[in-house]
Amino acid sequence: MNLKLKIWRQKDSKSRGKFINYQLKNISPDSSFLEMLDVLNEELISKNEEPVVFDHDCREGICGACGMYINGRPHGPDSLITVCQLHMRKFNDGDTIVIEPWRARAFPVIKDLAVDRSAFDKLIQEGGYVSVNTGSAPDANSIPVKKEFADLAMDAAACIGCGACVAACKNASAMLFVGAKISHLALLPQGKVEASERVSRMVVKMDELGFGNCTNTGACEAECPKGIKLTNIARLNREYYKAVF
Amino acid sequence: MDKIQSRIPEGPLAEKWSNFKSNQNLVNPANKRKLDVIVIGTGLAGASAAASLAEMGFKVKSFCYQDSPRRAHSIAAQGGINAAKNYQNDGDSIYRLFFDTVKGGDYRSREANVYRLAEVSNNIIDQCVAQGVPFAREYGGTLDNRSFGGALVSRTFYARGQTGQQLLLGAYQALNRQIKKGNVEMYPRMEMYNLVVIDGKARGIIGRDVITGKLERFSAHAVVLASGGYGNVFFLSTMAMGANASAAWQCFKKGALFGNPCFVQIHPTCIPVHGEYQSKLTLMSESLRNDGRIWVPKKKEDAERLQRGEITGMDIPEEDRDYYLERRYPAFGNLVPRDVASRAAKERCDAGFGVNSTGLAVFLDFKDAIERLGKDVIEAKYGNLFQMYEKITDDNPYEVPMMIYPAIHYSMGGIWVDYELQTSIPGLFAIGESNFSDHGANRLGASALMQGLADGYFVLPYTIQNFLAHEINTPRFKTDIPEFEAAEKEVQEQLEKLMAVKGTKSVDTLHKHLGRIMWEYVGMARNRDGLMKARKELKMLKQEFWTDVKIPGNLDDLNPELQKASRLADFLELGELMTMDALNREESCGGHFREEYKTDEGEALRNDKDFTYVAAWEYKEEGKDPELHREPLIFENIEVKQRNYK
Amino acid sequence: MSLAGIFLLTFLLVHLGINLLVIIFDDPMVYNKAAHFMGTNVLIKIFEIVLFGGLLLHMIYALILQVQNWIARPKRYNKANYSNTSFFSKFMIHTAVIIMVFLVIHFIDFYFKAKFGHAAEIHIDGVTYHDFAAEIEDKFKMLPFVIFYIAAFVFLGFHLIHGFQSAFKTLGLENKKYTPVIQFLAALYTVIIVGGYSIMPLLIYFK
Repeated sequence: MNLKLKIWRQKDSKSRGKFINYQLKNISPDSSFLEMLDVLNEELISKNEEPVVFDHDCREGICGACGMYINGRPHGPDSLITVCQLHMRKFNDGDTIVIEPWRARAFPVIKDLAVDRSAFDKLIQEGGYVSVNTGSAPDANSIPVKKEFADLAMDAAACIGCGACVAACKNASAMLFVGAKISHLALLPQGKVEASERVSRMVVKMDELGFGNCTNTGACEAECPKGIKLTNIARLNREYYKAVF
Repeated sequence: MDKIQSRIPEGPLAEKWSNFKSNQNLVNPANKRKLDVIVIGTGLAGASAAASLAEMGFKVKSFCYQDSPRRAHSIAAQGGINAAKNYQNDGDSIYRLFFDTVKGGDYRSREANVYRLAEVSNNIIDQCVAQGVPFAREYGGTLDNRSFGGALVSRTFYARGQTGQQLLLGAYQALNRQIKKGNVEMYPRMEMYNLVVIDGKARGIIGRDVITGKLERFSAHAVVLASGGYGNVFFLSTMAMGANASAAWQCFKKGALFGNPCFVQIHPTCIPVHGEYQSKLTLMSESLRNDGRIWVPKKKEDAERLQRGEITGMDIPEEDRDYYLERRYPAFGNLVPRDVASRAAKERCDAGFGVNSTGLAVFLDFKDAIERLGKDVIEAKYGNLFQMYEKITDDNPYEVPMMIYPAIHYSMGGIWVDYELQTSIPGLFAIGESNFSDHGANRLGASALMQGLADGYFVLPYTIQNFLAHEINTPRFKTDIPEFEAAEKEVQEQLEKLMAVKGTKSVDTLHKHLGRIMWEYVGMARNRDGLMKARKELKMLKQEFWTDVKIPGNLDDLNPELQKASRLADFLELGELMTMDALNREESCGGHFREEYKTDEGEALRNDKDFTYVAAWEYKEEGKDPELHREPLIFENIEVKQRNYK
Repeated sequence: MSLAGIFLLTFLLVHLGINLLVIIFDDPMVYNKAAHFMGTNVLIKIFEIVLFGGLLLHMIYALILQVQNWIARPKRYNKANYSNTSFFSKFMIHTAVIIMVFLVIHFIDFYFKAKFGHAAEIHIDGVTYHDFAAEIEDKFKMLPFVIFYIAAFVFLGFHLIHGFQSAFKTLGLENKKYTPVIQFLAALYTVIIVGGYSIMPLLIYFK
């Protein structure tokens, strides 16, 4: 496959950045999107140019490190996958591919396509946990959990923290990310004890970090590589009202 | 030999751990606040250790090279975690888990360590459930289990196909709670480049800020290494792209012994390599072997037509299929341990029966399981794995058989530690995959998560106090002392040297070359000639690297090529050490298969008389061979037998 | 935001009910009486303030949220979003502006005229009624006016079809069971409002 790439290049967080066009030839349709970028980088290195920087690690869709905005969609033109699982067969020979970093005030660009997502860690620090010290746990089967709730909690807990929901949202809102964690823990008896404090703190922090508001557009759900549902946002809202009133 | 004291407590096996805990030194709460601990890595072992130490009151500095502690590669573990809970009432016990682990490891692990691992396995499940890890449940609300990797009991706890992720997030959340409380200082995107040793004790590290390229000094009373495995020495592996051996290797160079470096695990069920540009291999959970049947064609001409792409697996009739694992190992069939399954696949492919264009793949077929259980059941069990397979290969495994091939997955070898998880450098501890671990020569499925969390939650936070109790009068270290300066200078010089090469070959090109040498000669099957050849080629490659590597960009910048080059420099040396260890171990055991040492039937042949020991290597100066220390392994509670899965 | 929205949703229904009186009874005086009642009853007067309050709240909140949302992404994407989403949710602020323009004109035409202007008057039994019915007849005989009104209703529909279900989601009402019902109700409601409001100008124009 031959491709035209239009990639956002930005030297560091302070620089302005711009799009640069690249041509790439003979890409195998069986290679992954990141492998295609590897090939580009090899070419750039051979030409004494700086390779394109992007975050990536596990390359099997679970660590959540990779993420870029490809032709108007986070993680590109396929559903329920991350960029590292996106394969070039989803594109056509001769396509132009526009690649941009996540855009959000809370996710400033570090370099090229790499962004700073530490805001997500800060959100979890506001209560995205169960306060239990090592060694103080009762026997695992002493807390029965209804299978239905365990399954729903697992659905929510599948979040990989990649930031696609924020990137996709027209308001750069983190409601799906926060909703998933709130849901995961509120659905389990272990997490219920601190539910109201957790939701209050996380919601306040979310606004403080500069994320936008939820307008129930659903782009987050549509682009979530793990298929996290909007119902988690509704549950977040319910938990929030419960905590406030 | 004084370098290598395993410090196993006295007493009967079952009482060693409680004896140790009853008699060890502890640090009182007021003093804990005055003691700093550095933890390198935020995987299961690192995150759980950092969180637990901070909960106890120690001041912890936690480091990871990724942008967030949640990204550590423990997250990719799919299948599950073992524990001897015996919730299924199928006769499981601590002893049985201990026994299976020692046997699975081909009798090359320390009895006392493995027993302790089995003992604390139950606490792990309790702890994780309390944290809100959403393990699979039965309709009655109790925890569900499945059998895994050929165990005779169902002792594996799981959270869909994302057990590692859920356990890691549990530990990550516990870590974040401590960050918020101010007990942990978190340094993401900070890579360890050197260990600082003061008066013989590990007292700090030199880190490099990945974004700014700035070198920074961090001091502490003890350093805990939880930096994972070194599978990426093979270039292609199931490891994360960034996973590296550099932190461990720096410790090795500062005097920590390296145990059993040649023991790496090759996982049988990975998606086969598809091209030269490939960057990484994807693991398909071992649980697939519970229902999938592995086969290749019986007739060579069928295999050749498959390789040319003229037919597909569907075109080969039942009677022409060779279910070779069921044929060779009727008792365990498709569920033989990983090393056995991997070697059998290699044997068939080497004999010319491979089923894809490269001839390096075998079928994993779900046709019978779908007929027997229905597509719905298979989908419920393996849906996410099937989806992942289809996304990568564009084949629908519900209709055509999957293709799999073995790939490098886990390193049993690692930094040598004593019973207290302390390395041969006082004050330096190694936990999780980064230590030479409790798995001997081969790890059983669902045991890595168990070991990482056992070390991090329940073992290290105790054993480290035995060391720290003597440090309560040691004030915090300033970082402007000569030891820090020297360590930083070493790093600075090394990095400058790398940048100054200005050669012609990219880091990946050289890394792929290293991978080919390692896979060819130090991979699934090894022999003396090959290993000798590898040593020579590795020396040449190292030379080539230091004269011809090309690193664009700058030192003081986010420069992934420099990061990769620096890691590769260490991998090249590690590769040599692995080769030496493989040469030294003149037997076949677990993941280490020497072609000269096999039974008449082609099975691995151990040499218990001469090699029942841990090979612990000590670094000597540049250009000199490392020195081998032997820690004899004594089996008092288990009869050492030839493994038999027939 | 959502509460104010739901409140306005109910108002739209009440207003529609009164409109339909004109059509159903086909007697201008019924409408005029209803309008008179609306214009003079104390309870309605109080409710009027509440209504304006609700509208104002809805608008102020919308403005604050919208500004926050714009700030949340200082640098826009070069390539527009292609995600499969609730389409009209992306244009709530735009449809809102159109609806506001409509409201201003609508107010000039009817509300302010009634309050401060000089609408035609009818005297029955000593009570003075504004002859809104005649006013409406006059207006909706003009084609541009009809087109403008109906176009405004269509945009109102765009606003409502997302707004209706979104309000419930924000209140935490979303799950497998109820969401399809709410979505159906949203569609039904939108059709009723857009259709219902459009009937009057059309009927009058073609009469």
